[in-house]
Amino acid sequence: MSDDDYDEIDLASLSDDELTKQMHDDLYDGLAEEIIEGTTILLDRGWGPEKVLAEALVEGMRIVGIDFRDGILFVPEVLLSANAMKGGMAILRPLLAETGAEPIGKVVIGTVKGDIHDIGKNLVAMMLEGAGFEVFDIGINSDVDKYLAALEEHQPDILGLSALLTTTMPYMKVVIDTLAAKGLREKYIVLVGGAPLNEEFSAAIGADAYCRDAAVAAEMAKSMILARRNLRRAEPPGPSVAS
Amino acid sequence: MTNTVISSASREVVIGFDRPFVMIGERINPTGRKLLAEEMKAGDFSRVEADAIAQVAGGAHMLDVNAGIPLADEPALLARAIQLVQAITDVPLSIDSSIIAALEAGLAVYQGKPLVNSVTGEDEVLERVLPLVAKYGAAVVAISNDETGISMDPDVRYAVAKKIVERAADHGIPYSDIVVDPLVMPIGALGQAGQQAFKLIRRLRDELKVNTTCGAGNVSFGLPNRQVITGTFLAMAIGAGMTSAITNPLHAEIKSAVMAADVLSGNDGDCAAWIKANRDPNAGGADREARDARRRRRPAGQ
Repeated sequence: MSDDDYDEIDLASLSDDELTKQMHDDLYDGLAEEIIEGTTILLDRGWGPEKVLAEALVEGMRIVGIDFRDGILFVPEVLLSANAMKGGMAILRPLLAETGAEPIGKVVIGTVKGDIHDIGKNLVAMMLEGAGFEVFDIGINSDVDKYLAALEEHQPDILGLSALLTTTMPYMKVVIDTLAAKGLREKYIVLVGGAPLNEEFSAAIGADAYCRDAAVAAEMAKSMILARRNLRRAEPPGPSVAS
Repeated sequence: MTNTVISSASREVVIGFDRPFVMIGERINPTGRKLLAEEMKAGDFSRVEADAIAQVAGGAHMLDVNAGIPLADEPALLARAIQLVQAITDVPLSIDSSIIAALEAGLAVYQGKPLVNSVTGEDEVLERVLPLVAKYGAAVVAISNDETGISMDPDVRYAVAKKIVERAADHGIPYSDIVVDPLVMPIGALGQAGQQAFKLIRRLRDELKVNTTCGAGNVSFGLPNRQVITGTFLAMAIGAGMTSAITNPLHAEIKSAVMAADVLSGNDGDCAAWIKANRDPNAGGADREARDARRRRRPAGQ
């Protein structure tokens, strides 16, 4: 019956304002083709890719994130939304690269060694991308060398560690300790998440924050990166207080 | 992939492999419902209408209509019941009677392509029902018993089903318009009834390539907490490949079991019907209502 319920809307006939609102709804409903069409229409009307990203896609995903957090949307639906977002991003990404627009920040994310769970990690990556981050997903079963290589290559602001097993979550500490031993720990905001984790564990292994779900992860990433930048701006150049 | 299409004047339902399970509402049946029997016999169909509306609202994809009342004019009652039900709901119907004249009366007034319930493997019944099914272009439930009764040997029941499918072909009825009922016995009386049914359902699907149905409630006859047994039976039968059942979607245990089995069989795309049925209706407040009203793709099952 889902086909019967689909309401055909001529996106091109909508005003800019109506169209962005419709795109928020279509992201919510996980309609990839409609998001691609809406993105193209806005670009054709002369919108810059940053504006399309921020006002149509990021804002839409923000709503998705809130309702996911509040138990109104569920994993299959958020995956559909993510897929729709991806459709829009595929158009915007090369344009954003051309304009040289800076992302809010860069994130390297991966599931730790011994753990092959990736649904949660993928959701976090998608929500971060939706929030305007450039995300480098190094996948599952990542040992410390893989993390180090990715940090070196991408120079991110944030490192995200995911683990779904009580037997693999201690490896997060291995990664963080290795960063500390190499004098790299303070270069990155380290966010951790996964079903068996909690705040206490996060603090015990020396992470910067525990993120309960994908929406929290995106909010946390944003607020921590802004806090860190403000802190740096407020201080004279030189070794920061934190290090 | 076998699809059995059943329709009303305005709606089609497909019973098929790798599709959401089709629940055929069982309530419009005076057997064992004394009050309903008396009312129908006296020409009062208000309870029939209420049952029709409630079952459709409860998630029935089709409705079974039976007017089997002793010493009543069953053909006339069945025809009347079908017309009334078709006037108030658009779901397709199964025309249910063991009296062939009643099946014909029902077929004559039905709008669309119904499911005739049923034909057995008895030669005399086959030769009277199959021409009717062919004449009206209907689909038919084939019950796997014959003159010798209901065999306890699943191989014999399979052979009966095969015979019906072959005989139907002689009448120009394709196997896709035959929905076989493997005959599910009460598990309380016959400990192997479940295993027998599951084996037979699998074989009917894999070898005879037909859709299947059954009167699901029979399995739990005589047991306490019946709806859990019936629901779990349906989930296991869906696991074995069953594609429809005559059952009561108004029982939460049954409906939930069927919907969960659809999810677990991969037949509820993106778990959409499950999520829709189980989302907290109070979550989200006013914004949520406005958004729901605007949603372009409302998740739903069939």
